Amino acid sequence: MDVELLSRIQFAFTIAFHYIYPPLSIGIGLFMVIFESIYLATGNKEYHVLAKFWTKIFALTFGIGVVTGIVMEFEFGTNWAVYSRYVGDVFGSALAAEGIFAFALESGFLGILLFGWNRVKPWVHLTATIGVFFGSLFSAVWIVVANSWQQTPAGYHIVGEGMHARAEITDFWAMVFNPSSVDRLTHVWIGAFLSGAFLVLSIHAYYLLKGRYIEISEKAFKIALIVALVFSLGQLATGHRSADGVSKNQPAKLAAFEGHFEKSAPADMYLLGWVDKEKQEVKGISIPGGLSFLLEYNFTAPVTGLNAFPEEDRPAQVNAVFQFYHIMIIIGMTLIALSLFAGFLWWKGNVFEYRWLLWVFVFAAILPQIANQVGWFAAEMGRQPWVVYGLLRTSEAFSLAVSENQVLFSLILFFFVYALLFVLFIYLLDKKIKGGPYDESEERDRPLTKEITEALTGN
Amino acid sequence: METFLGLDYPTWWFLVVGGLFSGYGILDGFDFGAGAWHLFFRKEINRKIALNAIGPVWDGNEVWLVIGGGALFAGFPVMYATLFSSMYIPFILFLVFIIFRAIAIEFRGKEEMPWWRMTWDISYSVSSIMLAFLLGVVLGNVIQGIAIGDNFEYKGDGFFEFLNPYSIMTGLTALALFMTHGAIYLLLKTEGRLFAQLTFLLKKGMIFFMVSYGITTLYTLLYIPHLSEDFKNNQLLFIVPLLTFLSIANVPRLANKRNYKLAFFFSSLTISLLLILVAIGLYPNMLLSTVDPKYSIDIYNAASSTKSLQIMLIIAAIGTPMVLGYTLFVYLTFRGKVKLDETSY
Ligand code: HDD
Ligand code: HEM
Ligand code: HEM
Repeated sequence: MDVELLSRIQFAFTIAFHYIYPPLSIGIGLFMVIFESIYLATGNKEYHVLAKFWTKIFALTFGIGVVTGIVMEFEFGTNWAVYSRYVGDVFGSALAAEGIFAFALESGFLGILLFGWNRVKPWVHLTATIGVFFGSLFSAVWIVVANSWQQTPAGYHIVGEGMHARAEITDFWAMVFNPSSVDRLTHVWIGAFLSGAFLVLSIHAYYLLKGRYIEISEKAFKIALIVALVFSLGQLATGHRSADGVSKNQPAKLAAFEGHFEKSAPADMYLLGWVDKEKQEVKGISIPGGLSFLLEYNFTAPVTGLNAFPEEDRPAQVNAVFQFYHIMIIIGMTLIALSLFAGFLWWKGNVFEYRWLLWVFVFAAILPQIANQVGWFAAEMGRQPWVVYGLLRTSEAFSLAVSENQVLFSLILFFFVYALLFVLFIYLLDKKIKGGPYDESEERDRPLTKEITEALTGN
Repeated sequence: METFLGLDYPTWWFLVVGGLFSGYGILDGFDFGAGAWHLFFRKEINRKIALNAIGPVWDGNEVWLVIGGGALFAGFPVMYATLFSSMYIPFILFLVFIIFRAIAIEFRGKEEMPWWRMTWDISYSVSSIMLAFLLGVVLGNVIQGIAIGDNFEYKGDGFFEFLNPYSIMTGLTALALFMTHGAIYLLLKTEGRLFAQLTFLLKKGMIFFMVSYGITTLYTLLYIPHLSEDFKNNQLLFIVPLLTFLSIANVPRLANKRNYKLAFFFSSLTISLLLILVAIGLYPNMLLSTVDPKYSIDIYNAASSTKSLQIMLIIAAIGTPMVLGYTLFVYLTFRGKVKLDETSY
């Protein structure tokens, strides 16, 4: 294997691992803010218990998110030196803004969020919680802006030639609001809220099934269900807008999403399928003209296909891109169906009587996580062979100073370290869930009425 | 070249990056130092207190690394790319130790078993030591210069070339300095037996530092003439080494008087003055080529465009007061001696 391929595998592996955690932190952050605000507004101690419990889980995901994120920041330099020199001028300001506005905000207030419960006034603590949450939202802003600039460059010009060519910024705001940033940022944010909402649903559904912490779990479940309902529908809307943008700005990528080969013809929309790249056909179930309709509101409108591009300008892994994209959509639809159905039962009467549905929610937490992962894989592999779309090829972007053995060494090292991290993460998460929302020293494992809850959590 | 208040933009950004790195050195430096001493504390309760002395702040301190790295990428992409891709293995190891240090802090208190705690104690302490050492090694190589060829690409043999005697000395010096700095920080945060033990450890740390610093300085003067050139040519600059010397001398003086607050101020000052010494010695170069001086990286051929630097200076001007504001707030909230409660590590 060559340095380029190894570096790609390493980048994909480390970023995919990093991206397990940020969506959880952002999503849980939203719930910490909700629970703590309700507690402050109503004085109901149950919400205090919820806020504290979810803060502990947040601490776990956040901690791993931070260390794996530092790896990402330095990997641009270690493995993608040519790329870094090429994009630094444009991209750097987004990363610098991220560091100073987002990460510093998050980490600055984190100490108070985690260790400050007994040290500062409740409203100061809430301010810290909101600070951490906003910090995590901002982190997503700048990094997604940077990535979107790579997908749809804007506000720059090219200076120099050959190995010394690089993009220089001409218009900061055009760079920030490049054609894809807003659609993709909203899509990424909502993906994170869904990760959080379905984790809250999962853990509290589990408690309900086990007959533990019934009172607070019902409350948390309902709040999370509302969040899930709103955002699963929202995700369809932002996803649609992204697809529309991709069709205009990266037509080769969209063609790969749907396995559409013909140069210019009406395109179908597949629900499921398998792409045969050699024969240039897709076997599967489709809505004829569906993609044309989605983009142009007309079943016979022509859509640019892969054959409109020279071989060397098309993504090589069409089937993989196709599958990743479709898994995301299927999951998106499943999440909508699940939240609508549960919402309907709640409106009709008592959702909590449907044990099988609660079991479904226990396991559904994995779905948004998978959708977040495959969404990125589709977006990033669909961008190939370009690292900066239309400007710089991936095959020209890696570090020339690094040898194959070095990357192999680091890849294996990261593999083992991350495997260990993941095992520890699952073990401790499981322990926290089994331990329950009440502090270790306090009584648990017993349905608590409001009075007992208050007695236990009160000073 | 356009200037602002008499300095050109790459120089401004050089100052920003330098400021961020010395901030990082001062802040995470005491975390590394505290970690390096960790296995010297025998009792569980003492280890717990020592860990919680950095508990609420270490993560915020680490952000200075993230911002410093981002600032280097943004302002001097060429330097960022060449530095990190040439010293590939040292930086990958650095990242792995950053991970182990963080998870050790997070996970050590989650289980009671002695073997669990011992594992994470070792992981925490070894990582802290290695992080301090590796930072020094990188700095040592930056001071000497590395084998850069055309197109800013490194042409040398890799890892073992970076572990030369000089950079091993700078690595040890960095470790010794951070251990001194960390011991003083812990003295500010602890009481009783642990405090007494630390006064003793601080003395060892200072001796370790004096010896390694002495050797490194001699080595630099004898074998790395380019670093002292600027000082020879400009008498006024000589005040910096003088200040460094005074600052270093103040640490043991104040420690003897048990004025640890001021001693901490001077150990912090020492860290930045040593970096300033290196920065003045190199400026306007950042990374010298040992192949041919024409391949060297300086702040001009490495810098982003003036427009980009202007934008980032605005970002920094808005962001820095905010960051300083809430950093101060956090330190004030957790000031004084460590108190353990149920939220502690
Ligand atoms: C700002 C930049 C940026 C951001 C926010 C992301 N990526 Fe990315 N990604 C890159 C910048 C990048 C890159 C440096 O540009 C790579 C390396 C090689 C390449 O072609 O693009 C890349 C490649 C890359 C690949 C390999 C594609 C291939 O080689 O075929 C995958 C699977 C991902 N990324 C996945 C992700 C995920 C799951 C992300 C979500 C967090 C993500 N990326 C965010
Ligand atoms: C290649 C791309 C990426 C790089 C270089 C990167 C870099 C980093 C760094 C350096 C940190 C640690 C910051 C600290 O010390 O607090 C971090 C954490 C974080 N990152 Fe990433 N990141 C990337 C992708 C993403 C994406 C796509 C998102 C969100 C959509 C994201 C969201 C976050 C969040 C929320 C944190 C805080 C820790 C957490 O909540 O898990 N990152 N990242
Ligand atoms: C419901 C139907 C959905 C549609 C139509 C849709 C559409 C899209 C499209 C077109 C892209 C590619 C954008 C680009 O390359 O610029 C994308 C990417 C992505 N999707 Fe979806 N999506 C849907 C559901 C979901 C769900 C449920 C999640 C997660 C919970 C999700 C997470 C992501 C992520 C993380 C990315 C990569 C970031 C990005 O490029 O925006 N998507 N989606």
